[in-house]
Amino acid sequence: MRRNLRWFAGIALVAVAAAPWSATLAQQKVLKFIPQADLRILDPIATTAYITRNHGYMVYDTLFAINEKFEVKPQMVDKHEVSKDGLTYTFTLRDGLKFHDGQPVKSADCIASIERWAKRDALGQKLSEATESWKAVNDKTFTLKLKTPFPLTLDALAKPSSNVPFIMPERIAKTDAFKNIDDPTGSGPFKMVKSEWVPGNKVVYVKNTDYVPRKEAPSWASGGKVVKVDRVEWIYIPDSATAAAALNAGEADIWEQMPPDLIPLLSKNKQVVVKNIDPLGSMGMIRFNFLHPPFNNEKIRQAVLYAVDQNDYVIGIAGDKKNGKPCYSYFTCGTPLSSEVSAEPLKGKRNFEKAKQLLKEGGYKGEKVVIIDATDQPIVHSQSLLTLENLKKIGMNAEIQAGDWGTLITRRAVKEPNDKGGWNIFHTWLVGPDMVNPAVNFPIRGTGEKAWFGWPSDPKMEELREAWFKAKTPAESKAAADAVQKRAFEFVPIIPTGQFILPTAYRTNITGLIIAPINLLWNVEKK
Amino acid sequence: MLAYVVRRLFATIVVMAVVAFVVFLLLYLTPGDPAAILAGDAATSEDIRKIREKLGLDDPFLERFGQWLWRLLHGDLGVSIFTNLPVTHLIAQRVEPTLSLTFCTLVISILVAVPLGVVAAARAGSWMDRAVMAFSVGGFSVPVFVLAYILILVFSIELEWLPVQGYRPISEGVWEWARHLVLPSAALGTVYIALIARITRASMLDVLAQDYVRTAQAKGLAPGGILIGHALKNAAVPIATVIGIGVALLIGGAIVTETVFALPGIGRLTVDAILRRDYPIIQGVVLIFSGTYVLINLAVDLSYMFFDPRIRY
Amino acid sequence: MAAVALETPKPVSPTWRNFREALRRHPTAIVGGVVLLAMILVAVFAPWLGTVDPQAVAPVKRLKQPGAEWWFGTDMMGRDVYSRVLYGARVSLAIGIAVALFSTLIGLAIGLVTGFVRWLDAIVMRVMDGLMSIPPVLLAIALMALTRASMENVILAITLAETPRVVRLVRSLVLTLREEPYVAAAVAAGTRLPRILWRHILPNIVAPLLVQATYVCASAMITEAILSFIGAGTPPNIPSWGNIMAEARSMFQIATYLIVFPGICLSITVLAVNLLGDGLRDALDPRLARRM
Repeated sequence: MRRNLRWFAGIALVAVAAAPWSATLAQQKVLKFIPQADLRILDPIATTAYITRNHGYMVYDTLFAINEKFEVKPQMVDKHEVSKDGLTYTFTLRDGLKFHDGQPVKSADCIASIERWAKRDALGQKLSEATESWKAVNDKTFTLKLKTPFPLTLDALAKPSSNVPFIMPERIAKTDAFKNIDDPTGSGPFKMVKSEWVPGNKVVYVKNTDYVPRKEAPSWASGGKVVKVDRVEWIYIPDSATAAAALNAGEADIWEQMPPDLIPLLSKNKQVVVKNIDPLGSMGMIRFNFLHPPFNNEKIRQAVLYAVDQNDYVIGIAGDKKNGKPCYSYFTCGTPLSSEVSAEPLKGKRNFEKAKQLLKEGGYKGEKVVIIDATDQPIVHSQSLLTLENLKKIGMNAEIQAGDWGTLITRRAVKEPNDKGGWNIFHTWLVGPDMVNPAVNFPIRGTGEKAWFGWPSDPKMEELREAWFKAKTPAESKAAADAVQKRAFEFVPIIPTGQFILPTAYRTNITGLIIAPINLLWNVEKK
Repeated sequence: MLAYVVRRLFATIVVMAVVAFVVFLLLYLTPGDPAAILAGDAATSEDIRKIREKLGLDDPFLERFGQWLWRLLHGDLGVSIFTNLPVTHLIAQRVEPTLSLTFCTLVISILVAVPLGVVAAARAGSWMDRAVMAFSVGGFSVPVFVLAYILILVFSIELEWLPVQGYRPISEGVWEWARHLVLPSAALGTVYIALIARITRASMLDVLAQDYVRTAQAKGLAPGGILIGHALKNAAVPIATVIGIGVALLIGGAIVTETVFALPGIGRLTVDAILRRDYPIIQGVVLIFSGTYVLINLAVDLSYMFFDPRIRY
Repeated sequence: MAAVALETPKPVSPTWRNFREALRRHPTAIVGGVVLLAMILVAVFAPWLGTVDPQAVAPVKRLKQPGAEWWFGTDMMGRDVYSRVLYGARVSLAIGIAVALFSTLIGLAIGLVTGFVRWLDAIVMRVMDGLMSIPPVLLAIALMALTRASMENVILAITLAETPRVVRLVRSLVLTLREEPYVAAAVAAGTRLPRILWRHILPNIVAPLLVQATYVCASAMITEAILSFIGAGTPPNIPSWGNIMAEARSMFQIATYLIVFPGICLSITVLAVNLLGDGLRDALDPRLARRM
């Protein structure tokens, strides 16, 4: 009996002792954020995963950044000059830039970071091809010498989405580009508290008090990054019903991307706001396997174009018209290069007869079509179901083979026929910024064996893409982009299935959320 | 008895070794590729190949198994392919929530189920007995996640008595720790309560019919004293057996509960690891699971000696 | 996972007449059996019960409340829930019955062997321990990740998880039976093992085995639902009660009917099977009631 008493007393003491510590925590302003996925990989160069990119924006900074008018603005750079022949760029860094370990940001750090980025990123690789050398003039100034003019240099250095050329300390940037780094030291507005990181559950960031923000107002990832809270906790909640309940109960402040179907759960709560703060959304797509029948035949791929009704896909993914709309373009709708040039097969009333006719012309003999599906990804899954239906409607012998996303990613790398572990169709989606122009839009590339999964071989597309890179004026750029899209509708590297926006939900005491295609947490205030 | 314990411990190691080898082999044969997942959606086949090389995923099987075994004997379970954090660190982070959940579930279940079973046995054939039996059958006819959602709906959303999700470590206060575990334990415990109540009743009925109990009644001992003093003690053996078996049940059910209530436990760690093909984590966790399971069964077997003096090893 | 035989029930060969008598005294078993039969009939005759193609998607008609046109409403891809629930019975029942069948047969075989062949006993029981130490959910996910989501994988995973329990039951029964005088006599007389098994052992374990099989069936159906929830179940375009609920899980406040209808069907069926098992157990040997 006495033993029990002592035990109880012990527990009581612990509880009391724990109390003051929790109270201190309560004095700080803590922002609780439910992210779209679980952060596992800390290296934004080694992976294109959006959650890692978002982490990158928390702890790193970039030389340049894009604003809401798609203009390139300097961020870490104070001033820059371009030589008359366009072959030499000189960059000077701002004052007061420091890494989280106290070291100042030097030219060598920037150069090493960009070189590592360029090894993995497609646009970076293009830049590398045109580069002769990077040189550090002194700790704050460095130059880039090009072999041939590359008008997209600043756009490359300002690239908003995967992979973003974040600046890391030289010692970390020297890591092999195919090995993950695990030291999140950067020069960004937040510092990651790695000791409190519980993968699969919680990521903790604190305000970087040494950060010197720019004076301009924030606009997308450009402008001043002023942090207005003390601490940010990313709380990963895998079950969306639980996440909605948590937001309702005030256990979380912001929910990055919510399934539109759950909006009615939150709309009754006067303290929660649901808003589309992402102007560009995401684009869904159907991807073919070009190595094996039937989709190695252009006419058969075109047949599917006539069967796909983007309206269905958009509702299937986004739930209602407010959160999605058709986008009959290979470039993100709402951006300068997007248009509906040559989009007739995809637009307008569906023509199943024409589809069937094209199938006949293509010589379709009833070959089996295997659609690989990921049941743990609702966006992929809904598209798979719809495509299955459409293919059946035009008389194709299609079936779904389901697994999880990991299985899909593994299987799509297989180049064998579909009865030996291969595939014919998979679905995915990309965020708006990743499809704005022929440089970043990797699904439309036709480099055969070296291309993205599906391995289309389209030399004509590559030619047109090169032509776009050489365009000097906006008018030339638009014309070149139109030519690329025209070719895309002929060759059909993918079929875009529509543009959808996943809304953000947040409590009414949160202000300052930046309208941008990426969820950025500076400027956010919690009253 | 010491010899018995030593023999059982040895058997434990054998079981764990077999499980470890089988799991390693299975993972080696699997076509899943963590490198592909690591690389992200935009990667090319070439990127993936290079990553595999860096991770040593293409080395021969025996070499990799040997390396892993060697490190294991030094207490090193390897490093997660994705986060680069040591597996032991990841598991240590997750142990507390799962243990807490299991502990609370066990406590609640035993506290509720044993009395229910005892009462049902004492009043065999009455409406109370039938009610207990009906509840117990109902208990394992509903999937855990449906129960969990109903509980959240009623207690967190409508009544607002309890939090919706999350886990608070004991270090942050026992009250908060307990509050966050009430709903998950209740959801997970329902099946367990049903099972234990049923078994308790069955065992008690058996024992109550024994001669020595009737003798005690004839001697005039109070019925309560008989129930608890004699009958329960004798019925404890099968009950303990069930508890041992049920631990595996709990771990399986804990996975679902941890997902719905966002508890950062080992169950979810393992599911995530499997879906990502994070081999080191999978291997480490399976090893620990099997070890725990076998050790608990050993503990249960040893506890028989306490409950039933006739049992000797 | 349902009940387990703890001690060794002393087996008794039931006669048909005793059995029918006992059954009449246990109406719950009859109710359970009838409900189960009804579900099986629904599953078999689904195409003729006013259903449409359970996989036909029509996003425009998504999330319609139950009403005159769609008796159970539509789901988030516009599919008819009534049709999916009826066709879903096929998958859920098939999995339950298949697992019960396989685990019983395999468990029987292994249990018989370990009961009689002593040196194998130790090895096999350690292997069974190993198997039981891996939670079935993990096994199922691993299998799914290894190949792909399929009914075969689900059946395999759940069978692997349930078989050890059957083995334990059979083994303990066999061990007890071996001590019986008539078995010892048969062995002493030099009767061959298969004959002993056939004439003396098997008839006496059929009853408890049958009861255990029903519990396994019920347990398997619940496990299938849980596996679908985790994402390791049958391919979701083919409906099962479990995966209809799993797909709709985030909607339980918005479209509660998506969980209610399959949930009720699943619970009623599992309940029926459990009651059937209880009733059978009581009918076959009242003494079993205290031991199972």
